[in-house]
Amino acid sequence: MTEEAIKISGKRTSRFLDKVKKILPEEGNLDACLTCGACASGCPATGIDGLDPRKVLRMAVLGMDEELTTTPWAWACTMCTRCMYVCPMNINIPQLVFNMRAAWPRDERPKGIRASCDKANSVDSRSAMGLTGEMFSETVEELLEEVREEQEGFENLQAPMNKKGAYYFVNQNSREPQMEEDEMVPLWKILHTVGADWTYSDKGWAAENYCLFLADNEAWEENIRIKAQAVEELGCKVWLNTE
Amino acid sequence: MEYAKWIREGKLPVSSDWNKDLGIKFTLQDPCQLVRKTYGDKAGEDMRYVLKKLVGEENFIDMSPNLSNNYCCGGGGGFLQSGRKEERRTYGKIKFDQVMATGADYVITPCHNCHSQIHDLQEHYGGNYHCIHFWTLICLSMGILGENERGHLGPDLEDFGLD
Ligand code: SF4
Ligand code: SF4
Repeated sequence: MTEEAIKISGKRTSRFLDKVKKILPEEGNLDACLTCGACASGCPATGIDGLDPRKVLRMAVLGMDEELTTTPWAWACTMCTRCMYVCPMNINIPQLVFNMRAAWPRDERPKGIRASCDKANSVDSRSAMGLTGEMFSETVEELLEEVREEQEGFENLQAPMNKKGAYYFVNQNSREPQMEEDEMVPLWKILHTVGADWTYSDKGWAAENYCLFLADNEAWEENIRIKAQAVEELGCKVWLNTE
Repeated sequence: MEYAKWIREGKLPVSSDWNKDLGIKFTLQDPCQLVRKTYGDKAGEDMRYVLKKLVGEENFIDMSPNLSNNYCCGGGGGFLQSGRKEERRTYGKIKFDQVMATGADYVITPCHNCHSQIHDLQEHYGGNYHCIHFWTLICLSMGILGENERGHLGPDLEDFGLD
């Protein structure tokens, strides 16, 4: 391994590391590593695929670009930023990993993440499960009616849709309306109890954004832009991302 | 953390009385996305304030390490969708051990990824804890949690407060 590393580091000018440095604020401090190992010792992904954050950074510094941009470890690091938090030099390893992911041809990136991103960007709701705004509205409406009828004290429970000027724009992870709709009710009850002025929207209500994890910059930007638009259109003050 | 604000303002009349005699123990997952990456320890402190109000100070057991220093559960970054199940569980072992060390009956998981991952770890490694959201516990403590809204509660609480 040492031999190979030395050979490749001869082509320093085109190093993957240099490209990443250019796009990060303060160059991500990627050259400042003291090899202290604090990152690796507290990283849950250490050991997976025989790698850890310190090794990955070494590979980058040594110009082992081929290994760096093909290792599946890029998808084992969750970009949780703990390494950066404990690093004495504040080195942005998660951003390095993000760019390692982005170096993969799109159609070779993990299918599950890619499908979730594509599905979300194919519907107005941006739901990674493909649940449209219409389906969401129906689910909410039916459930609300049921609760009003069956639960004492909640005859007036509200779950407003597209209410202009509401203070809170509440989003929801697709998993609830899709798989466990009853989990939405406690939240409605809480909002009801505190007298919150809130609304759902049939557009852009889905909380998740897998395009970010896919390291597809354009797609995740589009995803978030559509959601921000939905909030603006209703004139809401606070975008409330639920649990 | 709007819940903390509403409790401080007296708008959300929660209480921990229900758990005085039961003494059920709770711990809390600090989602990376919310705490370390976005709002910092203040969000973590707010969640602890809420949780203690809900279950009683003595029934909250913190993980170690915690707050911004907490370990990622391993569900984040798309890991749950990446098809690398075995590696994901290897990653999550450290979280599982951390939860088990608290001895808690419930983990509050205020993030969907954390919820799915920590629940999967419990099944895979054979833990004896349950994963719930804050909203479940808030409604339970106020006595307004409906019968159908208890999918994630354990047998100890699934009928609690229903007549
Ligand atoms: S914690 Fe920072 S300085 Fe230490 S080895 Fe990791 S990246 Fe290098
Ligand atoms: S961001 Fe990645 S490398 Fe850093 S601690 Fe988290 S999983 Fe490990």
